[in-house]
Amino acid sequence: MNATPMRQQRGDGILADEAAERERMDNVRPVDWLNPLPAQQYDLVVIGAGTTGLVAARTAAAKGAKVALIERHLLGGTCLNIGCVPSKAIIRTSRVYAEMHHADQYGALVPPRIPVDFALAMRRVRDIRARISRADSAQRLTAAGVDVFFGQAAFAGVDALTVEGTTLRFKRAVIATGARPDLPSIPGLAEAGFLTNENAFDVSEAPRRLLVIGGGPLGCEMAQAFGRFGVRTIIVQKQPLFLPREERDAAQILSEAFMRDGIEVRLNTRVVNVRTEGGQKIVDLVSDDYASTVTVDAILTGTGRVPNIDGLALEAAGIEYDTHRGVHVDDFLRTRNRRVYAAGDACLAHKFNDTADASARIAVQNALFRGHQRLSALTIPWCTYTDPEIAHVGLYVRQARERDLPVDTFTIPMHDVDRAIADDEEVGFVKITVKERTDRILGATIVARHAGEMISEVTLAIAARIGLRTLARVIHPYPTQAEAIKKAADACTRAGARSRVRQLAGRPER
Amino acid sequence: MAHVTPGEDDALLDGIERAAFDYFRQTVNPANGLVADTTRNHWPCSIAVVGFALSVYPVAVERGWVARDEALESSLAALRFFRDSDQGGRRDSTGYKGFYYHFLDMRSGKRMWRSELSMIDTALLIAGALTARMYFDAETAQEAELREIADELYRRIDWRWSQHGGKTIMQGWKPESGFLHYGWEGYSESIILYVLALGSPTHPPGPDIYKAWTATYQWENLYDIDFLYGGPLFMHQFSHAWIDFRGIRDRFMRDKRSDYFENSRRAVLVQREYVRRNPHEFIGYDEECWGLTACDGPSAGDPDTIKAGRRLFGYAARGVPFGPDDGTLAGWAAVASLPFAPEIVLTTMRTMARRYPEMCPDHRYASGFNPGLVDGDGKFWVSPGHYGLDQGIVAMMIENHRTQLIWRLMRNCAYIVTGLRRAGFTGGWL
Repeated sequence: MNATPMRQQRGDGILADEAAERERMDNVRPVDWLNPLPAQQYDLVVIGAGTTGLVAARTAAAKGAKVALIERHLLGGTCLNIGCVPSKAIIRTSRVYAEMHHADQYGALVPPRIPVDFALAMRRVRDIRARISRADSAQRLTAAGVDVFFGQAAFAGVDALTVEGTTLRFKRAVIATGARPDLPSIPGLAEAGFLTNENAFDVSEAPRRLLVIGGGPLGCEMAQAFGRFGVRTIIVQKQPLFLPREERDAAQILSEAFMRDGIEVRLNTRVVNVRTEGGQKIVDLVSDDYASTVTVDAILTGTGRVPNIDGLALEAAGIEYDTHRGVHVDDFLRTRNRRVYAAGDACLAHKFNDTADASARIAVQNALFRGHQRLSALTIPWCTYTDPEIAHVGLYVRQARERDLPVDTFTIPMHDVDRAIADDEEVGFVKITVKERTDRILGATIVARHAGEMISEVTLAIAARIGLRTLARVIHPYPTQAEAIKKAADACTRAGARSRVRQLAGRPER
Repeated sequence: MAHVTPGEDDALLDGIERAAFDYFRQTVNPANGLVADTTRNHWPCSIAVVGFALSVYPVAVERGWVARDEALESSLAALRFFRDSDQGGRRDSTGYKGFYYHFLDMRSGKRMWRSELSMIDTALLIAGALTARMYFDAETAQEAELREIADELYRRIDWRWSQHGGKTIMQGWKPESGFLHYGWEGYSESIILYVLALGSPTHPPGPDIYKAWTATYQWENLYDIDFLYGGPLFMHQFSHAWIDFRGIRDRFMRDKRSDYFENSRRAVLVQREYVRRNPHEFIGYDEECWGLTACDGPSAGDPDTIKAGRRLFGYAARGVPFGPDDGTLAGWAAVASLPFAPEIVLTTMRTMARRYPEMCPDHRYASGFNPGLVDGDGKFWVSPGHYGLDQGIVAMMIENHRTQLIWRLMRNCAYIVTGLRRAGFTGGWL
């Protein structure tokens, strides 16, 4: 293993890039790796070494359990290798280009020429990936007391499984096999070839024209990033709004942000056929009764994720599953086989890295330490890393109303926040929803340049049952964009005071 | 504005209302009663504009601008046309299942522009038909015929079909591709649609339809104002043109200790707070110059607008506080909020007309204007021609402010009363 930080050595970009990839592979899938001799029985066998599996293995090993970790591909899984980390790295570079193009907005001069070096951006991605991969390298895991096995795992009974012909016996197991892109079944797409998050970060040259299929988080993030690299990008979404789960204003703001970035937005539109002519991909689209055809150089799909459960021989262990939901678990993350638990994308509807991490800890606690922790007790925030970012935690207003739960929402547009004005990042809002006429926070949506950072304050308040009015008493550094949360808290406090005065005066609410 | 007398206000309102009414006279096809969507050349009929026309004719009769017979004739022409229209739901029909295509050819009445069979626009048309039915109450053969046709048009609408098996009413349907749903959620101009659907004695929708729709409401505290959120101002106006929401409340408003009328007043306050902040620093915005709503606006392709260096939205539903906002205002949108906040609106009307007389020459409002977008001659952008929806809502809301004529008529409309009750409204005049 070459443990020398590659970034310091970088002089010739290409060599450094190769070195970065070599370092990463040395960390996540060493070529000369020999699987260890198995223990007679493991306290815990973890299948899959993405975020969920790594957290589960490390947590259990740290508490003294005998742990085996099985990975069929790369340690770090989707998040490190093809998901969160590379996409955020590329988004960062794309933001730099966007800011250069709009430099005058910030009182700076727009450079006369803004050439794009896509290969340089991708090299940076690979550098970052290599650096982060050091934390969970095979060697470090071994040093932490985890037996690392590479190969396909398959259950061989209720308390045993095999990997590469070796049988591992376990007291408990956690299935943490993650998920993979859900590929749309569009005639001609497979023949024409397409990118997913699994291979999009391996391209070193940006396509001239790109079609993104799917307006969920992944599709939206990638469409905007590629668009900002100067790729003529079209995003096609079947539904009438992007991010259909989010509230209307958030989706609307995102549509406008796309248009500002020059991305062609096609809502209510389906891709019905793809064919290749002269090296170009010809794509037929239908929107209601309107048919059109676009020509692009590459297609990227971001239409959701499906759980990885193939090849596991789950039946042999009496574990229930289906191809859509993945492994079936109860609120304690236990499968039908009492010895086997599951966590992360392999079994959860919320396929987020942070949720995978939290669920892994629950699974280990419940599996090994007689825990009774419930998945449903988690407060799960999420964020789509577009610009502006769209973050949410807790209930949506719509869900509250469907449950006949009366709510009030305090809305602060970012244009009311001094720091957002100073940063010229006024697009967006903070909306915090409380139980009606109380300050008990039920949920929040934040649309802002740094919404992902800001949502944590509200998540903490929900998890710790801190009322919104308490946040009004917390000093927030001025000026920061998080002050928007305090302003919402201030509004809640004022509304409460007004209501009390009216009650005392015996006047109606209005 | 302290020096303006109530008489002067009334004269001003009279002038605006009359100019708005004249739009319908100018653009109606007397042969079939269809009214053009705009004054622009070769523009088709919008069925919603016909609904406004049918509602404005009684106003004009009462004000002496047109003889009752003439108004009756225009109304009957439209109602007869719709009764006899092709309801086959084909590509070139006029309607289907009691609904009508959004845009129709002014002469033949056949579908134009491959437009959708529109549920909300049909509701506005039918609201107009029922207004005529309530107003023309004489025991003459013609007025009886009018009442009968309006009744028939209302009763033949298959609201249940328009749900397409879902919880709420779909937004459109096309013969080529079936139902359309644009994912609209939250409060909007659709109360009139749901009330009309619920009042139906023939094809009522599912019983939970109103609850399902109001489940998408968002009650928000914005700029320290508590209100049922809807961005563009027209959402707070259109249903109110026909229904007097003062003092009547559904469950949502009872819970919130407000009502829809008060809510529309608060929407005015929110608009004023937004323009006061003016986050995009557009020229002309201030507390006496506002009106972000669905209206015509400049487009990037228009002459003189490319150099503006900002995104322009053309005809769009502009709203506050999250846009879209390209500096375009609609003077008529302020006027249409007159009943809710007369003291604010009267001042605003005068200020806007004084500053920007080009957007309301001869008292008739252009659909939109953009004070910050100036051409080579120093003239700011004004939407050419006029739009029927704008003129209709202006005439109706001024009349409701002055005499409550439309509200009084519709308070006695059994279908509206039934629909409101089935939606859970109680109190006040109900």
